[in-house]
Amino acid sequence: MHAIEKILARAASKSKVVTGEIVNCRIDLAEVNDLYPQSIFSFQEMGGQNVRSPDKICFVLDHYAPAASIKQAENQKLMREFCREQGIELLFDVNSGVCHQVMVDEGLVYPGMILIATDSHTTTHGAFGAFGTGVGATDLAVIMATGHLWLRVPEIIRVNLSGELNPGVFAKDVILHIIGDLGADYAIYKSVEFTGPVVDQWTVSERMALCNMTTEMGAKNAYIQPDKTTLDFLKGRVKNDFDIVTSDPDFHYAEELFIDVSKIYPTLALPNSVDNADGLKNHLGIPVHQAYIGSCTGGRADDIAIAARILKGKKVHSETRLIVVPASRQVYLDAMQSGDVEALVKAGATFVTPGCAACLGIHGGILAEGETAITSTNRNFPGRMGHNHSSIYLASPAAVAASALNGVITDPTEYLTEGKNKK
Amino acid sequence: MKSSVQGAAHVFGDNLDTDQIYPGKYLELAREEDIKRHAMEGADPDFVKNFNAGDIIVGGTNFGCGSSREHAIITLKAIGTSAILAESFARIFYRNGINLGIPLLVCPGIKSAIVNGDALEIDLEKGSISNRTQKTELTFQPVSDYVKEILENGGIKALVRKQLSSR
Repeated sequence: MHAIEKILARAASKSKVVTGEIVNCRIDLAEVNDLYPQSIFSFQEMGGQNVRSPDKICFVLDHYAPAASIKQAENQKLMREFCREQGIELLFDVNSGVCHQVMVDEGLVYPGMILIATDSHTTTHGAFGAFGTGVGATDLAVIMATGHLWLRVPEIIRVNLSGELNPGVFAKDVILHIIGDLGADYAIYKSVEFTGPVVDQWTVSERMALCNMTTEMGAKNAYIQPDKTTLDFLKGRVKNDFDIVTSDPDFHYAEELFIDVSKIYPTLALPNSVDNADGLKNHLGIPVHQAYIGSCTGGRADDIAIAARILKGKKVHSETRLIVVPASRQVYLDAMQSGDVEALVKAGATFVTPGCAACLGIHGGILAEGETAITSTNRNFPGRMGHNHSSIYLASPAAVAASALNGVITDPTEYLTEGKNKK
Repeated sequence: MKSSVQGAAHVFGDNLDTDQIYPGKYLELAREEDIKRHAMEGADPDFVKNFNAGDIIVGGTNFGCGSSREHAIITLKAIGTSAILAESFARIFYRNGINLGIPLLVCPGIKSAIVNGDALEIDLEKGSISNRTQKTELTFQPVSDYVKEILENGGIKALVRKQLSSR
C-alpha cells in the first residue's frame, strides 16, 4: 500500500484498503473558516447537540479578518458563541491569519494525520505528509456530529521533479507549468505525490506552495514523504506524537510523471484559468495596476523576503499598487524582525491584516473594471479578485515584486542574480 | 429521491468554477432566500430570470471547480435545480451536491449531445437520460452505493440524524 492508503486504513480501523473503496475515517482535525456558518446550521439540522470531540475541531476567522460588514461580523459572532458553548478551544480569531498557515504555525499539522477543512486549499498539508483535503460546510458538520467522514480511496499519481532550477524559478513557477501541461481537471479525485531531488532541496515554504496548488489541477490531496527538512521544521512545534508512514516499494502508481525542471522558466497563468500557463517572457511589458503578495499559496515569510530583496531601497511604480498580506501573524512578525516589512513599506507597499483578503475578492485590494493584477495567489477565474472584467495573472512572489517595481509584467531573474540587485 | 426528473437544460462549458456559480462577494449571505438570488451570476447575470424550478443544469468537464463554498450548491438547490449533469465534476462540489440531496450525474459525451433549452427527462433508477427535443438517449455512470443511500435519504443531514437518534 501507499503511505496515503495506510493513513486512510488506520483511520478507518482497517488493515487494508483498495482504490475506489469508500471508507469511514476518524478525523484527527477538522477546521471551519468564517465563510461557513452553514457548518453550524447543518450540525443543528442533523440534530447535533454536543460536538463529538471538541478538541479535534478548530475555527479560524480568516476570510473576513477583520469584519468589513455587519453580516460578516454576525457570522463571526455566531462562530465565537458556538465555540464557547461547545468547549472548542481551538478558535483563532481575526488576529491570526489564513487557516492553512495558522494551523502549521500552531503545530496542529503533523505527518500521517487526516486534516479536513472547509477550504479547497487543504491540499497544502501534504507538504508535511499529512492527508489534507477540503470539503463543504455540511461535510464538516458530519465530522462535528460523528467524528468521522466518508472518503473514497484515491488513485495516486507520482510526479518526479529533477534537474537544476533556473534562476528566478520557484515552486510556484514549476506547479503553474505542470498545471498548464496537464490541465485543470487532470487529477480530479486523485492524490498527487511529489518526489525527487528538487523536492528534497526545497524548503517547507516551497513545498507548501507546491502542494497548495494541486487543488488547481483537481487533486483530492497532495503528498510529500516526510524527510529531515520536515522533521526539523516540526521539531518543537508539534505536541502530538506521530509516526512516519512509508509506502511499500511494490506500490503501483496510477501514473508516474518525470519532469526536468531545468526546462522551466518563470511562468504565469494567464487570465482566466489556472491551466492557461505560459512562459513569463512571452508577456513582458503588460501594464499592471495591482501587484499582490499574499494568501496560503504565496504569502509566507520567504515570499515577503524575496519581494523585499527586489524592492529594498527602490519605489513601487507610480501607476501600480503593491498589496502585501502576510499569511499569518507569525509570518508578519517574522517579516518585521527581518526588516522586510520596513523595506516594503518604504518602497510604497500597502500592508493588509493577515488573512485571505483580496485573494477571493472580498476585501483588501479589490480590482475595478478593466484593471489588471499580477498576484502570488492561486486563482485567476473571472471576477475572482473583483470586477468580472478585470484580468489576473498568477506568478511567483518574485515576479510580482519585479512587476510592481516596473509597473509592467517583468522577469524577476535579473533582480535575483547576485550583485545586480545592489546597483 | 424521485425516480425521475424532467426539465429544460441550461448548458455551460468546461471548468465552470464556483466563483462564477456563486461570486465571492456574496459569501457573507447566510440565509437561503438571499443566497438564491445570485445563482450563476458570474457566468450569466440573467440566469435566475430564465430558470424555472425543476430545470436541469448541464456542464462540461471539471464542473464546479475552485472553492469549497457550499453556497454554490445551496443557491442551485434553492432555485429548484432537479439534477446536474456533467462530463466530470470537481470533487468538493460533487460532495456538496450529494450531501444536500441533488443528483449530480457523471455523463460522458453529454457536452455534444445537449444544447441550451433541450427538454430532458432523467430516469434515476435506470440511469438514462432522454433528450425529448433531439429525440436521443444517453446514459450516466451509476453512483456508488453510499452516494445512492445519501440521495435516497434526501441528503446526508437526514442520514446523520437517523444515525444520531439510533445511538
